[in-house]
Amino acid sequence: MTIPLSAYLILSGILFMCGVLGFLIKRNIITIFMSIELMLNGVNLSFVAFAAQWHALSGQIFVFFVMVVAAAEAAVGLAIIIAVYRTRETLNVDQVNLLKL
Amino acid sequence: MTQNPYLWLIPVLPLAGAAINGVFGRQSSKKAISTIALVFPGVAFALALWIAARFSSAPAPYYFDLAHWIRAGNFQADFSFYLDQLSLVMLLVVTGVGFLIHIYSVGYMSEDDGYYRFMSYLNLFMFFMLTLVLAKNYLLMFIGWEGVGLASYLLIGFWFTKDSAAAAGKKAFIVNRIGDFGFLIALFLMIQHFGSLDFTRVFAAVQHLQPEVAGTGLLTSIGMLLMVGAAGKSAQIPLYVWLPDAMEGPTPVSALIHAATMVTAGVYMVARSHVIFERAPGALTVVAVIGTLTALFAATIGIAQTDIKKVLAYSTVSQLGYMFMACGVAAFSAGIFHLMTHAFFKGLLFLAAGSVIHAMGGEQDMRKMGGLRKKIPWTFWTMFMGTLAIAGIPGFSGFFSKDEILLATQRANTPLWILGVLTAGLTSFYMFRLLFLTFFGEQRFDEHHVHVHESPRSMVIPLVVLAILAVGGGWMAAPLLWGKANYFAEYLSPVFVANQEAPAAAAESAGGAGVLQALLGAPVIAGLVGLFLAWWFYIRSPEAPRKLAASLAALYKLLSGKYFIDELYAAVIVRPLVWISDRILWHVVDEGVIDGTVNGVARVSRESGDRLRHASTGNIRTYAAWILIGVVVFTSLLLWMVS
Repeated sequence: MTIPLSAYLILSGILFMCGVLGFLIKRNIITIFMSIELMLNGVNLSFVAFAAQWHALSGQIFVFFVMVVAAAEAAVGLAIIIAVYRTRETLNVDQVNLLKL
Repeated sequence: MTQNPYLWLIPVLPLAGAAINGVFGRQSSKKAISTIALVFPGVAFALALWIAARFSSAPAPYYFDLAHWIRAGNFQADFSFYLDQLSLVMLLVVTGVGFLIHIYSVGYMSEDDGYYRFMSYLNLFMFFMLTLVLAKNYLLMFIGWEGVGLASYLLIGFWFTKDSAAAAGKKAFIVNRIGDFGFLIALFLMIQHFGSLDFTRVFAAVQHLQPEVAGTGLLTSIGMLLMVGAAGKSAQIPLYVWLPDAMEGPTPVSALIHAATMVTAGVYMVARSHVIFERAPGALTVVAVIGTLTALFAATIGIAQTDIKKVLAYSTVSQLGYMFMACGVAAFSAGIFHLMTHAFFKGLLFLAAGSVIHAMGGEQDMRKMGGLRKKIPWTFWTMFMGTLAIAGIPGFSGFFSKDEILLATQRANTPLWILGVLTAGLTSFYMFRLLFLTFFGEQRFDEHHVHVHESPRSMVIPLVVLAILAVGGGWMAAPLLWGKANYFAEYLSPVFVANQEAPAAAAESAGGAGVLQALLGAPVIAGLVGLFLAWWFYIRSPEAPRKLAASLAALYKLLSGKYFIDELYAAVIVRPLVWISDRILWHVVDEGVIDGTVNGVARVSRESGDRLRHASTGNIRTYAAWILIGVVVFTSLLLWMVS
């Protein structure tokens, strides 16, 4: 039994929307960070789904790139989060608002 | 033409002196400053003499191309120097008289705090003046022309803490700009029509111009515009107003720049451009009329002045008028001759006046002098020689040069000649008035306050040398008296006669007797009458001038007020200009349009920024929401455009 493309895309869309909602609603930086990962993976899913559907390799390659970028981003992002926590003693983004005029 | 590789050294040496004194002068001792300031122009003078001595052996003119300057398409103007008989005369006058005045300045200015600055400026002036004289093209000449203007400005305003001196410097510079404007347009016309500014090329082009082209007014306009430039630099009507004010500068400056050399630059330029003027009779007439009117006009003002330097200043304006009168009747060599003798006697008169002022402790008002003859005999005798020379007493240099001019004018234009003779009488009158008021009669100063003393040797020696030149400087024209050739005119003839029979040559053919008659005639009588009147008014009956002034009060007021030309210019030109600048250019154009545009741009950014800054809440989730909205909007837009 083959799973239709639409199923993958719907799942991908649900994942992406979860990421977006988490990004908008959550206040903890780590949670926001995880939401971003969720969005990336939602996009990744649609990439591989299309790649399988059209038998094109480029989609798979994109996914590798996205993973590499996500890994790098995780390294840098977590470092930033630790630095923020050390200086502000909080991870609540609403309190990290010095850019406001 | 012959190459002469030493030519460029003559202007550059004083420049080196100016640079050394200008940079290191503040720390140097007075002795070191004087040495540098004297050695460099002195070597330049020696070099000029050496070149002059060799001049006849190699075919003239000399030239030297120092470096390329502007080469654009067909047009080229290089740093090249050029020496023919005309520039040689100028060269010797500038370096010779200049060197003497440098020596004088060492004595005159030694007490001044700005001594090094003064000497540096003087050297700088020499550099620019020599560049002007030696230039091979109009553009390099223009550089020198502007440069002497700069040096003049710096030296008039030398005592810049004095308001009147600073204002006089500005006035000189601005009035000169008006003249330079005319000169510059003349240069543009030359480039447009002849494609060159090189003397030889321009003159060749002018000579080969077809009569129908030459008649269209091109040469006349070039000539008139050149005359505008010359009127600015050489203080002719209507641009003479700056020269009397320029007497605010130290006296050696008045002697060097505002009597002997710089102000004659206009005469030199007109004489140098004689090829153009000879083919433009209209322009030539303008030159003659302006010169004659200036000569008469300034002489009448000179009669009523009481400041010793102001009298000499108006006398300079008047004598420059004579030179233009000569050029205007195409007697260029006579004009240059008068330029040379004038440099001698007027330089002398100014230096002697400086010596008087020095002796009187800074007093310049002749009404407060008198009876100085016995106290400062050297100054008196040298000034007496200068006065005899300028008054045209037979045998002295001014006699030969002035009467040669009047002779040429008599042949060309009788009304101008009459005015010229009248001016000769006035000249004699105001100069002897100056002499009598200063040196004769009773002492009109308090001897307990003023310690009258003869000047130091460094000031007296230049006076004596110049006095000798003022007496004998004209003797090379003496053979004219017994019907032989005038050596000076003959010497300059390769420059001026190349294409036209010079008036000097005409004078030669007129025969000795007629010449003698003309020379000893009207101008000399006028001069003697002037002398007699001055004697009558200021020695015989010293009360007479006051009575005369009282009975002719209106005329006297007009003359002592200098015809109120300064006031007229202030009312007609300066004040409207200030009004326009203030009300329109400043408050409307500058504040409204220019500042308005700049401030308007700034205000738009500031106000839009002020509105938009509320979007930056500092809340990260709000930013995220904005990003999301942006993505949605752009994606839908894209989809909509695709479908």
